[in-house]
Order: sequence, then structure tokens, then C-alpha cells
Amino acid sequence: MNKTFDTPAALTPAGSSRRRFLQRAAVTSGAFTLGFNIPASDAAADPAGGTATEVNAWVVVHADDRVMIRIARAEMGQGTLTGLAQLVAEELECDWARVGFELVKPGVNRSRNRIWRDMGTGGSRGIRGSHDYVRQAGAAARSMLVQAAAARWGARAAACTVERGVITHVPSGRTLRYGQVASAANKLPVPADLALKNPKDWKIAGTSVKRIDTADKLDGSLVYGMDFRLPGMLVALPKACPVHGGKLVSFDAKAVATLPGVRQVLRVDDETVAVVADTLWRAKKALDALPVVWDEGPSARVSSASIAAQFRGGLTGDTPFVGNRAGDARAVLSKARRVIEADYGTPFQNHAPMEPLAATVRWTRERCDVWAPTQVAEQALDTVASAAGLPATACEVHPMRIGGSFGRRLATDYLAMAVRIARQVPDTPIKMMWTREEDMAQGRFHPVTQCRLRASLDGAGQLEALHMRISGQSITAYVRPAAMTANGDPFIFQGLIPDSAEGHFAYAVPNLLIDHAMHNPHIRPGYWRGVNTNQNAIYSECFMDEVAHAAGQDPYEFRRRHMAASPKHLAVLDAVAKRAGWGTPAAPGVFRGIAQFMGFGSYTAAVAEVSVVDGQLRVLRIVAATDPGHVVNPQQVEAQVAGSFAYGLSAALFGECTVKDGRIEQKNFDTYNVVRLRDMPKVEVIVMPSGGFWGGVGEPTIAVAAPAVLNAVFAATGKRVRNLPLKNTDLAKA
Amino acid sequence: MAQLNINSRVANTDAEADTPLLWVLRDHLGLTGTKYGCGVAQCGACTVHVDGAALRSCVVPVSAIPATAKVVTIEGLGDTRLKVVQQAWAELDVSQCGYCQPGMIMAAAALLAQNSKPSEDEIRDGITNICRCGTYPRVLAAVQLAARRLADRSAA
Repeated sequence: MNKTFDTPAALTPAGSSRRRFLQRAAVTSGAFTLGFNIPASDAAADPAGGTATEVNAWVVVHADDRVMIRIARAEMGQGTLTGLAQLVAEELECDWARVGFELVKPGVNRSRNRIWRDMGTGGSRGIRGSHDYVRQAGAAARSMLVQAAAARWGARAAACTVERGVITHVPSGRTLRYGQVASAANKLPVPADLALKNPKDWKIAGTSVKRIDTADKLDGSLVYGMDFRLPGMLVALPKACPVHGGKLVSFDAKAVATLPGVRQVLRVDDETVAVVADTLWRAKKALDALPVVWDEGPSARVSSASIAAQFRGGLTGDTPFVGNRAGDARAVLSKARRVIEADYGTPFQNHAPMEPLAATVRWTRERCDVWAPTQVAEQALDTVASAAGLPATACEVHPMRIGGSFGRRLATDYLAMAVRIARQVPDTPIKMMWTREEDMAQGRFHPVTQCRLRASLDGAGQLEALHMRISGQSITAYVRPAAMTANGDPFIFQGLIPDSAEGHFAYAVPNLLIDHAMHNPHIRPGYWRGVNTNQNAIYSECFMDEVAHAAGQDPYEFRRRHMAASPKHLAVLDAVAKRAGWGTPAAPGVFRGIAQFMGFGSYTAAVAEVSVVDGQLRVLRIVAATDPGHVVNPQQVEAQVAGSFAYGLSAALFGECTVKDGRIEQKNFDTYNVVRLRDMPKVEVIVMPSGGFWGGVGEPTIAVAAPAVLNAVFAATGKRVRNLPLKNTDLAKA
Repeated sequence: MAQLNINSRVANTDAEADTPLLWVLRDHLGLTGTKYGCGVAQCGACTVHVDGAALRSCVVPVSAIPATAKVVTIEGLGDTRLKVVQQAWAELDVSQCGYCQPGMIMAAAALLAQNSKPSEDEIRDGITNICRCGTYPRVLAAVQLAARRLADRSAA
């Protein structure tokens, strides 16, 4: 496939003319694009286009027995692509070594009556939201292939067995391969409601097979959105008003018009200007030199301090919005002889995926095609159609594998922007790219919140009352206002509500009040890996530690005494305590912290081991456990859990986006530092699926990263760090 | 017009002298395996080898690369060390989203060229590339595996 790079035709042979070089480069990039990058679901759906046959919507079988499994959910590193293929292949009984994949396009999904169902990939739903129907699809395809073989033999399907893509007629011993009967199978009706295997009988699913999307990531041949090319393509670099909600007043295009490569300077929308040029670097130089006048608006006066002051007002007083209530916490606390109280706060975070935002658009009067990564392909199609001024049937989004996303591409702002640019350069493919600096300024930020926690203990040292008042920003209010209730944003209480399969509060407290006062600053929020479980776990799990300490009890044992009604939460907590040797002495200078939380349908817990020497914190070891109900690929779950700690610890140790003069101050990784290999602890993962439910994997464990470490920091230093990130606290000071 | 030696081939480019090597590779020569991640030499996604040493190509102007310097990108298959590192990466299923991995692999190969038996600390200090997916534990294990493989080869 990757012939371009084996014989790098894009490089000029010594002595050849520049003209010839350009011709070769254009030919190469065209061939590259057509031969390699455009997902083949259309072509493969057309048997005339080759030797591949669609058995049903999910399964394409080639004459040489290769099986292409269609993937409708987005792959951004989380491994869903491989997991879904495993589930289909398990029921299909094909040869796993010959499984490949194709990415479904939303326009095709829609034209086929949404046969691939939901393409949205967020909330750790990729597997748990589609395991049943993808397994059905695999089972249906198997049934059709077996029926086709049986028909050829004039035998009963019940007399046939199938193993690794080979169908055997048991009485006669005759065999046929999937590739030999695929086109006959294609003509049969698709059966529904077939019996699925019991997960305990799985041979492909449930095992640690390797990912099927790795090879082209190792030699540079995978074409990400940033890398995509079309013949004659130009590059567009946008810049939006750095104060969210501010306006673009004017720009002086003439000042940069004669710079090399510059083709056009244009107004994208009310708040964005873009330079179109022939290469990224030429576009960037022109954009940097472009005089722009902004109307920054009233938000230009906002700072992190002014936001914090506003939120502090929400820590007291009444609010109508309650997430969890038992007894009368306020009354009990008002009479308590001793109230344990603490205020916590967490800052804005940027997703900062390694691949900055990019999208390639070809707009004509009749049609608009977009090649771009997205987590929400179907909404992306609507966004594109709307921005293109065309019916959705005249548009298509060609999804691509994503260079990290973590929630950023649940928003479609960048796609609308790319189309608005391309519409002003008709018939010319335009690749819009964001610089890292633009990505830092125009993120969809993990929201900023504060929390005041107040608790009292009864005579036996049990929690008698707990009031947890969250004050701060709602993602839902900005992203999905239709999902707001009359009183507020129910999603704000992730993991803190009673009796929820998605994530419920583990602790029995006779007088409990968890409520929210909403304040929404102008910084645009978005869903960031783990979403509200991040701060909710920090608040509740660090405070449980504080209360345990106040009660003179071990923080693990104190938690256990409140978890009798939460056996699955307790099981993961016990698992990490046991593995980490909780209750036994750690190595000299090593201190432990513990936390548990439930989110995205899975139970999680962690023990962190840290050292603090001369104020220098080192996170040495994490023992993490997760119970996601069922596990499709244990080694990929392990990879996701370890990765969630890298992401969660990046925020806990270093990450904060601060606001000054209405704009985000951090511009790049030099000021928005993240965990690197030097900082990464050893992560031991206990994967303990208990069956009976399907929980998520990509996000749940991030919630316990920060609180386990913060509690360990207290154990090491006696210091409660209540405002993140940790870098802002001098741990050397007593 | 600058002349470069890339993956053992001569390449001519009309890029302005201040164009970073990264963008010459990507936009002028079509070698997109070398990634843009930050543009300020922080993340290492743009790592290439120049005369065997790792270089963050996003901050080095093409004019600073002599025509005689041997530039190797992730597409420069043929380097045994690079292949062994890629093989170790495949065996341990290191990649998640994969975007940082070409740079990570180039950094690892350069480290092993310099230090064939790096300690864990030397690997942690020597590879400072950013991976937001958090593949670090497997990166560490893959570098150690590649080091063992290369040692076996040279012993054989």
C-alpha cells in the first residue's frame, strides 16, 4: 500500500528540474490520496468495484478470505476499532489473522437508513453502546455464509460447522471458505435476533489480541487529518478573536498580499480571519504579519481571579439544584459541635491532543466533501451541510483515524470554519489547519469549578452529615442547552447521584446534600476525558480522606465502613488496597493515598505511592483497578487505564489554563506542561470484570488519578493541596 | 533553492530559507510521517535524524541543514536500528492514536545509537517526547526490548 515511501517519488532525483519535481509531486500526492486514504466503504459496497462482497452492512468478505469489518465509531487511540472488530469476528467465526477494517461514512449511514446506527464516540460508549448489535451483525453474517454453503451442497445448515472462516459439511467432510460463498450469502435475507455466545465461550473477544490499526502508525504512512492532501490543494490558517465571544472588526489584507504563496485573506465568520496560501509556513508568516482589529467585548475584563471570586459567591447561600439528598444535612450541620470544612478548586484544562485540529474541504456549487477526524460524524455532516449551504445529501464527511481527541472533536466548530473558508475559494481543495497556539486559545475547555464540603461525625466516628456544594461552570449549558432541566445541569453531578448505572455515590450518609450553584464564565467549555468525574472525584475523595483523618481513622477503613451497600465499589477498593499492600509499611520515604469512584458505568479505584523530597514530588507507582462488567481486550484495557493516568496526572501535576484580559494565557506545551516519560509512574492495572453489565473503559479510571495522588501527598507532607494543579503549591514549606 | 539529502536521496526545494525543515519535509516534499505537534520543540512529534542525531525539525530552518547532512525521516526504512525499534513497538502494541509515535520511534532509535544499553533512568531522561494518550509505560518497555534485540544482533 505504502509504495510512496518505499520509492520516494516525491523527492527530486538529483539534477531534475523544479518543474518536473512539481509535476511528480502532484502526481504522487494524487495517487497517494486516491489509493490510500479514502475509506473504501463505498467501493467495497459495490461488488462490481472489485472482488469484495458485502455480506451484510458490517461484514465485507474478499475472494481471498480477507474480512473487512465496518467500523462506525471513531478511533482516536482508545482501541474501540479493534474491540468492535473482535466482537464482530467472535460471532462471525472468521480467521482473526485476516481481519481488516473500513470506516463508515455518515452520509452513507444516512442514505442506508442508519444501518450502522450511532456513530458518536464519547462518554466511553464505543463498545458498551454497540456490543449487542455488532455481535448480532457478526452472527447474522456467519449464518448467511453457512446457509449459502449449505445451499450449494444441497445440505441443511444445521449439518455444517464453521471455524476460522472455513465451513465444513460434517456428514460429508466437504469444506468451503467464506470467500467462496460470500456473493451467494449476500443475496440471502439478513436474519435477526440470533442467539449470541456466552462471553465465557469467547475465543477472540475477551482476549489480548493486538490492535489491527497499528502498522501504518509505525512507519509514518497513516494519513491523519493534518497530513491529508488533494491535487491543487491550498492551506488555510485561521485566527479567531482570542477573547471568546469577541468580534473581528477588520484586517488589512493588503499588508500581506505580496508575501510568498499568499492567495487570499478572508473573513471566516464574525470572529475569525484566515489566510489561504500554498503551504502552511507561508500561511503562518502571513497570518503572523496580518494587522487585525478585534472588538474584544466586555469579557476582555475577565480574569481567573474574577471568575474565582464569582464562584466563591456560589459556595454559600441557597440553590435550587440538588443532585443527591438524604435526611437534612444542613440542619444537622448547623447543630453539630464540630464541623469539618474545606474548599477545593480545579482550573480550566485544554484537551491538547497531539494532532491539532485540521479538516480538508472541497466545496463546489453542487457538492461539499470534507476529509476530517471527528468524534461525531453524523453531527459533523449536519454542520458541514449547514455551513456549505447545501443539502446534507450533497455533502459527505470522510472520517479519518484521529491523532488523539479526548473529547475535543465532540465539537464541530472547526468543521464549520473549514467549510466557510472553502466556500470562499470554490472548486479548490482547502486544508484548514490550526496551530498549537490557536488550539490552546480556542479550545473547548474542561470547566472550572469550586467546591465547599462540610461534614460532621456521630459518636461512633461515622459520617453523620455531608454537604457538598459545587459552584461553577456547566458544560451542558453551553454545548447542549436542550438537555438542561428547569433547575440546572443534571450532568454536573456525574458519579455523585444515587442509584445510577452510569455512576452512583458509594457512601451511605444519613444526612446528605449535594447541590450546585451554576456560574458560566465566557470561556467555552467542552467534554474533556472523564468530564465532571474529574473534579467530583477530587472533591469527594480528598474530603473523605480529610474526614477520616479528623475521625482518627485509616482512610481505607473509614471508606469501607460507609460502603456496605456498594459492594462493587468496595470490591475494586479492596483489590487495590490488597495489591498495594495497604496497611503494611511502604518503602522508606514512600507514602500512599487511596481513592475510588464510579463513572461511565464502571467501578474504579487506585492507590498512589509518592515521595516528596525537598519539595519535589514524584509519583512512583499506581495500582489501579476497574470493573467494567465485561472486557473485550484486557491488554487494551490496561493500556487505556495507564493512559488515563498519564492524562489525569498531567492535569493534577501541571495543567491549568488561566485567564487574563479575557483570554487564555497558555500558548503551547512550554506553558501548558504535561506528563512525559520522566514523570510517568509504574501503573499496575487490575482488570476485574464481574459480568452482568457493560461499563466504559477510556474514561472511568481518570477520576481516581488526582485524588489518590493528592491523598498520598498529604500522607507524605501533612499538607492538603486543595487547589490544582500541584505545581502551584510549594511542598517544601511546612 | 536548497538542496538536501533525505533518506539517501537528493531533494531540491524552493522553500524560503527560514522555512523549518519540518514544513519542507511535509509541504514541499510530501513526507508527512514527520508530524507537527507544537512548533516550539516541546513535543518531539517532528523528530528526524540529522547525521544520526535526533533533531526537532520544527524549529530548524532549512537553511541550517547543509546539503551534505544526511537527514533520515520515519519513512527512511533501511536503517536496521529503526526497523528493530519499530518491531519492538509492534510487538508490545505500544501505539494508541499513533500521532506522536513516528517522533517517539525516531527519538528511541537515536537514543539507542548513542547508548546501546540505556538504563531505565537514561531512557526516561533521554526521551522527552510528549504522548497525550499516555503510551509511556510501553514506550519504556519497547526501548528496553529493542536494546536487547540490538545487543543480541551485535553479539551474533
